[in-house]
Amino acid sequence: MEKEQLNGLNAIELKGINKSFGSVVANKNIDLTVRKGEILALLGENGSGKTTLMNMLSGIYRPDSGSVFVYGQEVHIYTPQDALNLGIGMIHQHYKLVDNLSAAENIVLGTKTKKQSMSQLAKNIEQLSLHFGLNIDPNKKIYDMSVSEKQTVEIVKVLYRGAKILVLDEPTAVLTPQESKKLFAIITKMKEEGNSIIIITHKLNEVMEVSDRVSVLRKGECVATVETKKSSAEQLTELMVGRAVDLSIERPETFKSDPVLEIVRLGVRNDEGVEMLKDVNFDLRSGEILGVAGVAGSGQKELCEALAGLQKVEKGAILYYKENIVGRTPDEIIRLGISMSFVPEDRLGMGLVASMGMTDNMLLKTYKQSRGGFVKRSPARLKAKALIERLDIITPGTETPVSKLSGGNVQKVLLGREIESQPNVLITAYPVRGLDINSAYTIYDLLNEQKMKGVAILFIGEDLDVLLELCDRIMVLYDGQVQDILQADQVTKEQIGLLMTGQKPRELKEVR
Amino acid sequence: MLKSRRIKGEPLFKIQRIEEESPTKSFIVRVLAVLAALTAGGFFLSLLGHNPLVIYQAMFKGSFGSVMSTQGTVKIVVPLVINALAVSLAFKMRFWNIGTEGQMIVGAIAASYFALFKGNWPHFLLISTMALVSIIAGGLYGLIPAYFKARFSTNETLLTLMANYIALYAVQYLKEGPWKDPGAKGFPQIARFAQNARLSMPLGVHFGWIIALLAVPLVYIYLRYSKQGYEIAVVGESEKTATYAGMSVPKVIMRTMFLSGGLAGLAGMLQASGADRTLTDTVAGGVGFTAIIVAWLANLNPAAVLLVSFLFALLEKGGGYIQSMFKISASAADVLQGIILFFVLAFEFFLRYRIIINKKGD
Amino acid sequence: MDLNYLISFIYAVIVAGTPLLLATLGEIITQKAGNLNLGVEGMMYIGVASGFAVAYYTKNPIFFILAAILSGALAAFLYALLTVTLKANQTVTGLALSIFGTGFANFVGETITNTSPTRTAVLDGKLMSYFKPINIPLLSDLPILGRLLFQYNIFVYLAVLIALVTGYFLFNDIRGLNLRAVGENAAAADASGIDVFKYKYLAICFGGALSGLAGAYISVITAGGTWTANSVSGLGWISVALVIFAGWNPYKAIFGSAIFGALRVLRFYLPRQSFNLPNSLYGALPFLVTALVIIFTSIFNSKEIQQPAGCGVNYDREER
Repeated sequence: MEKEQLNGLNAIELKGINKSFGSVVANKNIDLTVRKGEILALLGENGSGKTTLMNMLSGIYRPDSGSVFVYGQEVHIYTPQDALNLGIGMIHQHYKLVDNLSAAENIVLGTKTKKQSMSQLAKNIEQLSLHFGLNIDPNKKIYDMSVSEKQTVEIVKVLYRGAKILVLDEPTAVLTPQESKKLFAIITKMKEEGNSIIIITHKLNEVMEVSDRVSVLRKGECVATVETKKSSAEQLTELMVGRAVDLSIERPETFKSDPVLEIVRLGVRNDEGVEMLKDVNFDLRSGEILGVAGVAGSGQKELCEALAGLQKVEKGAILYYKENIVGRTPDEIIRLGISMSFVPEDRLGMGLVASMGMTDNMLLKTYKQSRGGFVKRSPARLKAKALIERLDIITPGTETPVSKLSGGNVQKVLLGREIESQPNVLITAYPVRGLDINSAYTIYDLLNEQKMKGVAILFIGEDLDVLLELCDRIMVLYDGQVQDILQADQVTKEQIGLLMTGQKPRELKEVR
Repeated sequence: MLKSRRIKGEPLFKIQRIEEESPTKSFIVRVLAVLAALTAGGFFLSLLGHNPLVIYQAMFKGSFGSVMSTQGTVKIVVPLVINALAVSLAFKMRFWNIGTEGQMIVGAIAASYFALFKGNWPHFLLISTMALVSIIAGGLYGLIPAYFKARFSTNETLLTLMANYIALYAVQYLKEGPWKDPGAKGFPQIARFAQNARLSMPLGVHFGWIIALLAVPLVYIYLRYSKQGYEIAVVGESEKTATYAGMSVPKVIMRTMFLSGGLAGLAGMLQASGADRTLTDTVAGGVGFTAIIVAWLANLNPAAVLLVSFLFALLEKGGGYIQSMFKISASAADVLQGIILFFVLAFEFFLRYRIIINKKGD
Repeated sequence: MDLNYLISFIYAVIVAGTPLLLATLGEIITQKAGNLNLGVEGMMYIGVASGFAVAYYTKNPIFFILAAILSGALAAFLYALLTVTLKANQTVTGLALSIFGTGFANFVGETITNTSPTRTAVLDGKLMSYFKPINIPLLSDLPILGRLLFQYNIFVYLAVLIALVTGYFLFNDIRGLNLRAVGENAAAADASGIDVFKYKYLAICFGGALSGLAGAYISVITAGGTWTANSVSGLGWISVALVIFAGWNPYKAIFGSAIFGALRVLRFYLPRQSFNLPNSLYGALPFLVTALVIIFTSIFNSKEIQQPAGCGVNYDREER
């Protein structure tokens, strides 16, 4: 009888939703409708308020004002439990799974399931997965899983709770193009069974590929809702950014010298003794950007840390102007002019001291170089001021803790400081993570500027489109090994995607 | 199933994070916390049938009412300030050194060795040696947990705590065994120090007050302006970031803990040689714990440490006074100190969050 | 060494280990909820003092036990209020509780003894008789087994029972699974629809109640019903360390607390002639061994047995 009632109703209706954090307005008077049996794309730049809006649907935040209707009935969602009871399940961008529990345990967590045997539970889960073409091992621990496996667990978890409305937050950010395709097939099937799906994304091609309708958010406001078929990528971009923009990234031609850095048969084990890099060979020339592609956890972090002297190298050599720097301390490597900036998922975990202002953060890698036992703050303050000016960093002052700055500004501080030190080698990992388009392009420009100055740049990225446009060459890591190094203007995204999962497309030419 | 979709039980208020910080507000909140604690304590006292105002007044009189009582209060302040500074150094690094008590004892033991067995050395040499060995001994005792923390991330809270007890039993061993005073008629105690091994008494309080007064600006400058102080702050915030910046995290941890333990050790020497004039197993007597409250209440700021130490010494000294005057257990002061810390911890919430009462019919 | 000697040693070990077991179990559950409560020592003191005061004035064994348990739970509730709701630093809050509890116990004890004409305070004999070793006809009289199994005070059986129940709860019940999830990753637990605050509050208060019960034990068994200053003297801290030693496993906690019980009574059972060591060494032994245990477990830490990942971190749903 429920089915009858539900027919013709909207699954979700949001009316006049407002939400602010302190003085920052995250959502402003948003109206949004999700129909039954459709895929709605929620498109917007990073920081436009998409996740905040959906977090109010999933019970993480509560709106300051506005009303929420689920299947026509007004509801108040105060906790994630409330959302689940209403059949709303959200798959967050950073998965919310308990690492040291198995898939089955994570799935059953918090449900009213009376104790049932693990084998019975496993059977139920398998049935559910099979129905949607999902594939999971119920007894596998989360910490042994790849990102795409984890995502599958998250999906099964919400399905197990009987969710009819699914929210997926940037679900493809960490997937290969092939894995993304598979995910889209699954959500399309769910849609066909009458479920409603909201997919949060900032990638236009995905919107065009999978969604029925698109709602575009800009600076916390919902600027338009359109039928996907009646729209175009150009129109959506303009709606998203607020003006017509050219989304292509420059790749200036430069003179490329002999290798500055040569990595020879590099092998690294992590603290648990697992081999994270196996026999890695590549070189890096001045005036080039070498991109690194790979699914998360393929050894990117270890590579960065090994080059910066933070990770013990087990085998092989890192030659800097033909001199092996393996075994040097991080401090010595900084002095050699090798600079590393790693933007972790929480953005502030490494590289910046969150509670300190820009001045003290400018000192982080250079404070030792001044004479005497005291920290010299005034030159650092001047540098900080110069950086604010040059990169348009928005901050109340040089002493405001960097944790109070927005993500884009934090990353400008980090990268700006590294460039300020005039390095010969610049290693940068995920520098545009979570940035809006404007800030991202500022960062690309900065990198290109450095490249033209003759700096050798290693760019570890997530977004394949960006890697293909920005980099000169792309190295694909898979399971700690270099799958291939390719000329960026001679490969496709799909080819890289295959390499990322360890397959070797036959038609690829070696360009090494 | 659909009917009951309206969920009941909206909380009466919601909590919102405050993004901006303000030192003034932080100070005011702490003062308010102390006042609230005194009010709560007063309520408790009136339950016991006392007039809290009379009691508080008596406590103040008992601690600052005369030159002699003020001298007694300062005597309590000295080890408290130095230990709280030691705690601040470690806590700034997020190293939970609960062991200044033990480090103080070990410092006192080392100093006592020279006081008892090298008592004939020239006074200045003897006192300097005692001070030096107490710093080294306390520092080394602090270095042990620091080493294991740095090397194996061993839980420093528990390790420093166990070290307190071990140090305490070491004193017991000495007074019952090798250092037992033969002149004490079999009573297990250590002989009183010769005059030569005692600290001089400028203005009627042992020399330690000058040391304490000097230590405050030194630690302040060290933390705020020195490279090592900068390293402490970075390591405290994130060890990863510190390593990334080229700092040797184990070195910073061990160096800082040596200093922290060294300060506490020095306090032990000052207490034994200046205040007690012998080594007893109450040489620390809980100062290490009170120092933790002091340091936190002072927000790990050395200047504030001095101020808070006076407040706490007032409670301690006044507590002894009201015991004799009103038959209120002297432990009331300890209880009050605990309550103050609870209020500070609770009130700190209002520095980081604001509460918004939900309007009806929202 | 004859058999009787061995049996009375084992008996003494169990009796000495029981308060450790109770407090350790409480702290295991607390830590499984992601809260490191360093206030065990203080909560035990609060249990000792409240229990003693109520027993002293009411002479009622039920009120005595209830007072100890409830005061421990109340103290833990204060800790929960500060850390879970007000998000205060867990380490400092726990320390504050320990400092406060110690002072509180001294205050209560001194107040009672000060008003007593003899300057001592002893609990009512009838009340004490409830906590004597039990006597089950036939069973308690069995040779060897009778003494080894059926002659303890009721707390001992209660403690073992609680250990088995908490163990079952943690590893075999879905709510135990939920609790573990809360301690490992509160955000994940929350998103799964688990009421994180409720679990944390309940677990922390349960921990306090067990610490309070351990305090009751110390009042009537360890201190024998006479007010003794500093009666907890570090047992709370050892319990926190025992949690690590037991690998957050209630079953293993039984053996862990027995081992530390043994260290506490060792001095009375080693023949004086061959082990003429100073008393202070025996006194220091449990603390020394605890220190070594903490060090060794950190050196040989395994991936499987780890402190709950969320331990020490306060959860804020709206944290961005």
